[in-house]
Amino acid sequence: MTEDDEPVRDAGFDEFLDALADGEGYYVECANGHGSLPPRRVCPECGSADLDETPLPDSGEVATYTRVHVPAPSFADDAPYVTAVVDFGPVRLTGQVQADVEDVEIGLDVEPGFGETETRGERLVVFEPR
Amino acid sequence: MTKVRVAGAGITKFGRHPERTSRDLFAEAGATAIEDAGVARDDVEGVYYGNFMGELSEHQGHQGPLAAEALGVQAPATRYESACASSGVALRQAVRDVRNGEADVLVVGGSERMTNLSTAGSTEALAIAADELYEVRAGVTFPGAYAMMATAYFEQFGGTREDLAHVAVKNHANAVGNEHAQYQREITVEAALDSPAVADPLHLYDACPVTDGASAVVLVSEDYAETNDLDAGVAITGTGQGGDRMALQDRENVATSPAATEAAEEAYADAGVAADDVDLAEVHDCFTIAEVLALESLGFFETGEGITAARDGITTQDGALPVNLSGGLKAKGHPVGATGTSQVAELTKLLRGDHVNSEHVPEARVGVAHNAGGTVASAVVHVLEEVAE
Repeated sequence: MTEDDEPVRDAGFDEFLDALADGEGYYVECANGHGSLPPRRVCPECGSADLDETPLPDSGEVATYTRVHVPAPSFADDAPYVTAVVDFGPVRLTGQVQADVEDVEIGLDVEPGFGETETRGERLVVFEPR
Repeated sequence: MTKVRVAGAGITKFGRHPERTSRDLFAEAGATAIEDAGVARDDVEGVYYGNFMGELSEHQGHQGPLAAEALGVQAPATRYESACASSGVALRQAVRDVRNGEADVLVVGGSERMTNLSTAGSTEALAIAADELYEVRAGVTFPGAYAMMATAYFEQFGGTREDLAHVAVKNHANAVGNEHAQYQREITVEAALDSPAVADPLHLYDACPVTDGASAVVLVSEDYAETNDLDAGVAITGTGQGGDRMALQDRENVATSPAATEAAEEAYADAGVAADDVDLAEVHDCFTIAEVLALESLGFFETGEGITAARDGITTQDGALPVNLSGGLKAKGHPVGATGTSQVAELTKLLRGDHVNSEHVPEARVGVAHNAGGTVASAVVHVLEEVAE
């Protein structure tokens, strides 16, 4: 059991966010070159258990996006905000684009980063236009 | 292999019943289905029950036994959960069990209580169908996820908000006479376009409502139907299920729904029919864009060509292929765990001829139900056929 006020981490995922915050984001690559995101015991594509942490590319392209007007309570003070899936080649990652929606389009070059939500100060994957 | 008949169907009024528990909603739908079937309660061998968010909305897990109790049935009961496809997957399991001779009479259904939550609360609850770590914590809501699918679709294949508005207008028109529907009123393209934005490019009228309700069907073996002289003129002849990666970020192309394509191909092969044989369909239009993706996965349209189906009048009441004659999730409502079996209940009545909209499909013989979980990470498709007497 844990104390009520003690935050419990999600193993694998929170280490991934720690690395992203340090500018050292990574993804998981299997022996067959498939990319995925932690936590993984095997590659979701082929089942390979031979997994390596590989540096996340410095930039990716917006694959799709939306501006959310009606948020969940944990993003109440953040709305409206732009959420995007960004393609880094071997993996894609979802986060908030730090730009007005008018300046976002499919194919936009962005770099991965780390931030906090306005509502609750929770850890957040962000993307900065390059 | 035994064949499977739908002997009875029941649906509550879908809408706002914030004070009614899901067990009470299911009691009504189940009793209607059992009465419609004309089977003895003692003959029911199992209750297969879909429910998605009971833990969050009414602090109630383990709802299977409650569902059996609510029907007055002394049989084992299991709750199935696959997000918005919960009762669809329950139905698939029941179809297979009857076919395999494991049971002759099963009640399958689902129930969901949602409007007792605030809008914020239901938004938060529905989001648990997405990937908590990589989507929800990035601010992806359920409408937001479908909005990203719509953005990708528009980019790759074209299409406009107006095309999507025609889907909503069509489904509202279908619901006008359906006494079970949440919104028995027509809307206009202009009203849809002018409704408030939820997640661009989707607006309020692109989205299904938050709904309380329940549905149930009684499945019987063909032998049981004949021995007991039941009026069970609709058969479930095909079942299929498909899967995909949970998060949109882990999929090749979010402008398509391959899990539903897989489910449809399996169901058609199982039934020995082709997409061209289908006379009407109930598809999972939780958002207008979802109906478009469904039409393409079901093989009614090529990829990228389903977007204008409603606008062109192909899927309207009097079109070549009426889709969502019940009103769909959009206008009939979407009590998540009840939706899959409500589609089959509506199709059964449409094919039997005792649905208010049967007059639009007098010659129909083959119907298809398409039920999707989350952003179509799970999908089930069933083929229903009217049995020649």
